[in-house]
Amino acid sequence: MSQHTEHSERTGKPVKQLHLAAHFPGVNNTTVWSDPAAGSHIEFSSFAHFARTAERAKFDFLFLAEGLRLREQGGRIYDLDVVGRPDTFTVLTALAAVTDRLGLTGTINSTFNEPYEVARQFASLDHLSGGRAAWNVVTSWDAFTGENFRRGGFLPQQERYSRAKEFLATATELFDSWRGDEIVADQAGGTFLRDAGAGAFVHSGQHFDIEGRFNVPRSPQGRPVVFQAGDSDEGREFAASSADAIFSRYSTLKEGQAFYRDVKGRLARYGRSHDQLLILPAATFVLGDTDEEAGELAREVRRRQVSGATAIKHLEFVWNRDLSAYDPDGPLPDIDPDPGEHTIARGRAQVRMYRDPLAIAREWRELAAANKWSIRDLVIETGNRQAFVGSPATVAATIDDFVQADASDGFILVPHLTPGGLDAFADTVVPLLQERGVFRTDYEGTTLRDHLGLSEPPAPGAGSRRAAS
Amino acid sequence: MSASSSVPPSPSAAPSSASSSAASSAPSAASAAASAASAAESSAAPSGALHLAVALDGAGWHPAAWREPVSRPRDLFTAGYWVELVAEAERGLLDFVTFEDGLGLQSSRQDEPDDRTDQVRGRLDAVLVAARVAPLTSHIGLVPSVVATHTEPFHISKAIATLDYVSAGRAGLRVQVTRAPHEAAHFGRRTFAHARREDRDTPAGRELTAELFDGAADHIEVVRRLWDSWEDDAEIRDVATGRFVDRDKLHYIDFEGRFFSVKGPSITPRPPQGQPLVTALAHGSVPYRLLGRSTDLGFLTPRDAGHARAIVEEVRHEQAAAGRAGEPLHLFGDLVVFLDDAPAAAEARRARLDELAGAPCTSDARVFTGTPAGLADLLQELAGAGLSGFRLRPAVVGHDLPAITRGLVPELQRRGAFRTAYGAGTLRGLLGLDRPANRYSTDAAAV
Repeated sequence: MSQHTEHSERTGKPVKQLHLAAHFPGVNNTTVWSDPAAGSHIEFSSFAHFARTAERAKFDFLFLAEGLRLREQGGRIYDLDVVGRPDTFTVLTALAAVTDRLGLTGTINSTFNEPYEVARQFASLDHLSGGRAAWNVVTSWDAFTGENFRRGGFLPQQERYSRAKEFLATATELFDSWRGDEIVADQAGGTFLRDAGAGAFVHSGQHFDIEGRFNVPRSPQGRPVVFQAGDSDEGREFAASSADAIFSRYSTLKEGQAFYRDVKGRLARYGRSHDQLLILPAATFVLGDTDEEAGELAREVRRRQVSGATAIKHLEFVWNRDLSAYDPDGPLPDIDPDPGEHTIARGRAQVRMYRDPLAIAREWRELAAANKWSIRDLVIETGNRQAFVGSPATVAATIDDFVQADASDGFILVPHLTPGGLDAFADTVVPLLQERGVFRTDYEGTTLRDHLGLSEPPAPGAGSRRAAS
Repeated sequence: MSASSSVPPSPSAAPSSASSSAASSAPSAASAAASAASAAESSAAPSGALHLAVALDGAGWHPAAWREPVSRPRDLFTAGYWVELVAEAERGLLDFVTFEDGLGLQSSRQDEPDDRTDQVRGRLDAVLVAARVAPLTSHIGLVPSVVATHTEPFHISKAIATLDYVSAGRAGLRVQVTRAPHEAAHFGRRTFAHARREDRDTPAGRELTAELFDGAADHIEVVRRLWDSWEDDAEIRDVATGRFVDRDKLHYIDFEGRFFSVKGPSITPRPPQGQPLVTALAHGSVPYRLLGRSTDLGFLTPRDAGHARAIVEEVRHEQAAAGRAGEPLHLFGDLVVFLDDAPAAAEARRARLDELAGAPCTSDARVFTGTPAGLADLLQELAGAGLSGFRLRPAVVGHDLPAITRGLVPELQRRGAFRTAYGAGTLRGLLGLDRPANRYSTDAAAV
């Protein structure tokens, strides 16, 4: 990356190289399954197609989300969006067989797993992919998901970050329990291991009290790259202390810049520099031959994402009531939201997004009345717009400006179609970014750390086998 | 030789006396096994042929295998190593390979760590090794080991379902338990009293054995229910109503047991085979019961044909007692093999390895040292005792795996006792097992 040291005429700063990743279309209403071009979200051929497209476009990595219980609304499984997904580790490792350079990022929960097992799965993925593994560490507190696990839903919400932090610290101790030089495999002399204590660890803490020997030797990257996705103050602090990258939700310029300043500003406290934590927001996009055509397409995609039935379900998040009797093409409900503690929807993040439902309902009624919007119109118009809508030239310029203005270090793109939703971006936008000199024309290294410009974690010395407090 | 299996050998493995009900249940119990049992005498219809699997573990099953020039001990943690081994097994038309695993470092001592530095230590997660190999192979079954004792059945179920997707219907799993205190300490959730080797045959030690296998049975039950928790046609993509799934075809499994409770449904749709192959290795009465209750295929360690007949009978008895008398249950014999074209060469190789290891090779399974033709004779003799196939553990994988695929397989083919091409596209299909109906299917209930 050192050869790209041109300076921006506008900002006078060095031109930043941007990072791009691809989020496999997920289990939410961003994904348009009703399109005739929509394929399977389970068959391996879909994942292979998507990953190969990302690699052809020289993307940094592919990203998989995770949810460990099917979502419910009104006490029944939510059936209007894509439902179901494969196991994260298994599909990522299989993708390592059909790609050579693409990073492989998996979202893995720190509440319903144990450090020893997760550490050996990530270390194995890193070995089997030649150093391309990354872990998006998420936490969960809900007893709803816990009903699928031995541990159950025991974790108080306020402890989720303390468990997540200790989980990551413990896993790191396991990764570091092998220095990387233990295996000599001297066939003539008969010494396989140089060190009879390889893999030894002791961890004694609030959440984990474990000891023994880790059984996966040090992997090519030493440890997987670590992502964090939470947005609370605690989440940002966790990221500043321990993550290599943040999967953020701010894809507008002003919000992006504020978040970027805030999080990067926290790094110094942990003795870390600006480039040791990348900010990568999720971003949807719609491309057209012209900006007008893209705008038309974007409206069409929104209508497909928000069917009448989906609009009613979305309104239920705010009203916290069964609204199935309402006509999505009719006016908004006259009754007010139920401010009660229970939530109608379970197993999804939106549940807690609406802090003051009465005020939102009032605002929405006014908007709908002023614009003569039906329920469905309102949900379409107020819902998340695509982050980037336009011709390839417009989208390339917008992305570049965004990154140069320090609103992010790149993007995790979320196409709305499986598996072909990335193809047009790869074929039309990426070449323009390459022409602008802000995106690689080929991979310069082999590991995900290489792609992200992150340094190798320090090789642990013998002193690293310590008991944590 | 390492008995890396965590299944405890037990004196109660002594063959039970043949009861007439057990004996009579055998022929009706498992059509696949029964037809294979007569394969030695009958002409070689494909359905009567032997099934063959190979067990992969590091450089091979002899502790000094890694020191052979043909071995590549520095490559053990690379994808290419495993891809090449499985490709070789596939060239030999084998039914499947198994991948050993464990939740602790390998050890020369049972259920205790050691500090040895002269043997292979460290291994990759077996499910992920299988997943890495899957897209690069097309016919052979992939059966990783998983430890039921410390893992979440919800995670295991979706992992094996996904292995079935990425391999287009070639997944299985081998379930094992562990009583090792040092492995429990890696998880910190449970401690086992009476887990020491010397406690094993005390009443408390036997109680622990029973508890571990009951836990494994519950684990398998949850894994299986979760595979069925989506009916095959649950995904409807009905644009008119906006519904992606028919939620009447998604099912809570509502399992409540002594060790865990699991609600369901799975997050992963029903895998291509419906029920991927469930296997376990067993050396005694308690694990034989697990085979009879819960598995599609059991690995046994017969010393000879008489012993094979007795333990097959015991498992068939357990199978009948579990109410599964009519269901197919394959029983495979496990053997460690040193194969060379001349018997003396195999003996010399074994002696050389024993010398390097500093101890004679011993194993929970019988060790065969000889020629492919000699091994073919033994396999056919053992098949006559009621085994439908064999899982061979190559002493040195770099030498004995090609000896199996290029020596033993052609020999069995000449005798009409092994397939000459892959037929079925799934692992269940290779083993003559149907795709099972879904236990929750509303369609079936309506019939």
